[in-house]
Amino acid sequence: MEVLILAVLVGLAIAAVRVRDLLTATAILGAYSLMMALLWCTMNALDVGFTEAAVGAGISTVLMLAAIGRIGRREGGPSRMPLLRLPLLSMRQRVERAEELEEGQGRAGAWGAVLVCALVGGLLLYGTADMPRVGRQDSPANRKDDPATPANEASISQRYLDESPHDVGPNNVVTSVLGDYRGYDTMGETCVIFTAALCVLMLLRQAMPRTGGRRRRDGDA
Amino acid sequence: MRDLLQHLWTHYHYVIYIALMLIGLYAVLAKGNLVKKVIGLNLLQTAVFLFYLSIGHKTGGTVPVLWEGKPDAIPYENPLPHVLMLTAIVVGVSITAVALALIVRIKAAYGTVEEGEILALDEADGQGGS
Repeated sequence: MEVLILAVLVGLAIAAVRVRDLLTATAILGAYSLMMALLWCTMNALDVGFTEAAVGAGISTVLMLAAIGRIGRREGGPSRMPLLRLPLLSMRQRVERAEELEEGQGRAGAWGAVLVCALVGGLLLYGTADMPRVGRQDSPANRKDDPATPANEASISQRYLDESPHDVGPNNVVTSVLGDYRGYDTMGETCVIFTAALCVLMLLRQAMPRTGGRRRRDGDA
Repeated sequence: MRDLLQHLWTHYHYVIYIALMLIGLYAVLAKGNLVKKVIGLNLLQTAVFLFYLSIGHKTGGTVPVLWEGKPDAIPYENPLPHVLMLTAIVVGVSITAVALALIVRIKAAYGTVEEGEILALDEADGQGGS
């Protein structure tokens, strides 16, 4: 079952990268996120699976669709409307130059990327030599006691599981850790979301008048 | 060589995680379209989340929600990677949102979201100015 989902994930990832139509790529990315959420639920990570299904497959896809609605869905075939404002000769030169440059760079860039990916992949595979098999209950992250301490105290994960009913309350340990033990993490995360929202607002407020928002307001007045 | 193959066979999970990560990395590096780069970034970070969750996975375990009368033979899943990845997913969506907003601005300013054309336009502008 797990192997099947992993195979589907690899297929979807390749399809999302290869397909030329951005709208299709976004749809495939949504399917990929949903598949990933399913995999995480089979791995007993329910909270993460639900969040990925709602945020990764839901909100990300909506954001992508909104952006693609503004910039067009074709990859490699951009609309050249704004260039029409430039003098005609300059436009032709610029477009030709852009096409030349992209063809040359595209091919060289692809081979460079393959080289970098092979290098990174080789190093990562080498790094798995020291990793325990997935799913072992006595792996360093999962073992109940901490061998680094002289008294073999409980590891941090085991402590969360043992103590959270008395320390915090909820039966869901993930909730306890997220909201209490690691509450500062969650506060930092909220600050990141706030900053991101501010950035998006500042960036898009300048782009607004071009989309006809102001015109509509003038018409109302 | 035989050891290597056997290692890859027993650790096939990691091979697939790395493959997923590299697909995303390739899209970020090689694709000229900026939206495609964002899609690649999403693939890459999801693969990293998957790897991180696999560290805390226990075969035959159960969801880390405490319940009375659980048999001792069934362990609870390690809750710590779950919490860290919950935070990371939300941060990832924030990154996607800011990246897409920047791309919309680039489209408004340059009229294209292809990396090569943007660089060419910049170069042409630089030559015209000097």
